[in-house]
Amino acid sequence: MKAILTVLGHDQVGIVAKVSTKLAELDVNIIDISQTLMQENFTMMMMVTWDDATKFDTIKDGLNELGQATGLDIHIQREEIFDAIQKL
Amino acid sequence: METNSILETIQMISEEKLDIRTITMGISLFDCIDSDGEKARQKIYNKLMTKAKNLVKVANQIESEYGIPIVNKRISVTPISLIAAASDDKDYVAYAKTMDQAAKDLGVDLIGGFSALVQKGYQSGDVKLIQSIPQALTETSRVCGSVNVGSTRSGINLDAIGQMGQVVKDLAKVDPVNCMSLVIFANAVEDNPFMAGAFHGVGEADCVINVGISGPGVVKSALEHVKGQPIDVVSETIKKTTFKVTRMGQFVGDLASKALDVPFGIVDLSLAPTPNEGDSVAEILEEIGLESVGAPGTTAALALLNDAVKKGGVMACEHVGGLSGAFIPVSEDAEMIRAVNAGNLNIEKLEAMTAVCSVGLDMIAIPGDTTAETISGMIADEAAIGVINNKTTAVRIIPATGKKVGDEVEFGGLFGRAPVMAVNTNSPAAFIHRGGRIPAPIHSFKN
Repeated sequence: MKAILTVLGHDQVGIVAKVSTKLAELDVNIIDISQTLMQENFTMMMMVTWDDATKFDTIKDGLNELGQATGLDIHIQREEIFDAIQKL
Repeated sequence: METNSILETIQMISEEKLDIRTITMGISLFDCIDSDGEKARQKIYNKLMTKAKNLVKVANQIESEYGIPIVNKRISVTPISLIAAASDDKDYVAYAKTMDQAAKDLGVDLIGGFSALVQKGYQSGDVKLIQSIPQALTETSRVCGSVNVGSTRSGINLDAIGQMGQVVKDLAKVDPVNCMSLVIFANAVEDNPFMAGAFHGVGEADCVINVGISGPGVVKSALEHVKGQPIDVVSETIKKTTFKVTRMGQFVGDLASKALDVPFGIVDLSLAPTPNEGDSVAEILEEIGLESVGAPGTTAALALLNDAVKKGGVMACEHVGGLSGAFIPVSEDAEMIRAVNAGNLNIEKLEAMTAVCSVGLDMIAIPGDTTAETISGMIADEAAIGVINNKTTAVRIIPATGKKVGDEVEFGGLFGRAPVMAVNTNSPAAFIHRGGRIPAPIHSFKN
């Protein structure tokens, strides 16, 4: 399953490390990363994949926990939604 | 990874309040008909519980995995006046209670179809159903009803309109808020996913999924980027934006249809507002260039919006249906409420607007002492606009018992609050009491 992960929040040391570590723990593969700073705000997008389609909720819960612990806004959405809206 | 497209989509959902207003499962009840009312109701309950067993679960799953809010999960059924007619029941309140119980047990927000189609005349079931409406909608919480009183093909049933004025009054007597569950239609459509007017038409398949979207905030936000440009640019911008909005409807409908193993019916292209700030159709009209909704030019701006929404949406969806236009429910649109309170918008202007948008006088509170005949007169005017212009029109007005112009009725949640609006007090009683049927218009004879 392919999904888009977005991370928004105040910039701090180790965001990429923390998110990547969590993804590795969840056995999720990163296939693309884009990150930027807009004023003080950190914005990161990742395209990620994993094999077991039933794991979505587990991965989402794991990322929510990380989001709460770090004060970051972390969202994960299946990739098809972006294609459906933006492409013919 | 196309980061700009991803960011745009996320912004549409999180800031501009793009969401799926409803996934509505239409379920035919024809195979539940029984001469024993008790048995018929048991069959209805069983069928609803079987067909819609996974509706809420699937909708919640889609919401979680794709990050699109799905605000309501609903069911529409075959008009009960047709299903109950074979039984000897004296009234149909028990059918409404069965629908209500199934909706509660399934966790769906609303269930529509406590309905009758009397555009040309009454069969025995229609008589009983209409008589049962005040009690049925008072003693249930999730049931919605509708009555179709006119069509371009059949003309306008003035007897039914006379009766419905009184039904609305009776319903309001117990609690005006109940009136939001009743719509009186002309040219009612059979695949409408929106409440209170949804019912599952007789020509529909056994079970289908219909989807209604909501995205006024997205359109308004897009128009902010074309300030001062010619109206052609406005039209193009609305088309492009609604294309994206309705693609979302098509996508979610496809997913739900596959997960539930039920055919996908239609996407309704209507832009449904909510009382939340930034989710308003009136704000779009003001962004087009009106100081306030209600100003001269409002009807023209709304006509352009309605037409551009359809043009953008038609190509985005496999099948388009339902009401498909712009909704103008006063209580559900924060900017409409402001315009009414500021004296910028009156019922007569709203009536003119209904000639060019998708429905009619919707969620409008009127003084509690408005007579049944005056309400019937308002219904007749709306029906005439629909029948002559070959479009759906509807009336969902709320006589605010004990209240006068300037007071408010609170509905809560998605349904908002309605300021009581002034109604012309000259009586149409002698016209309404004539009864009979206004003949079908000349342009209906197309064969």
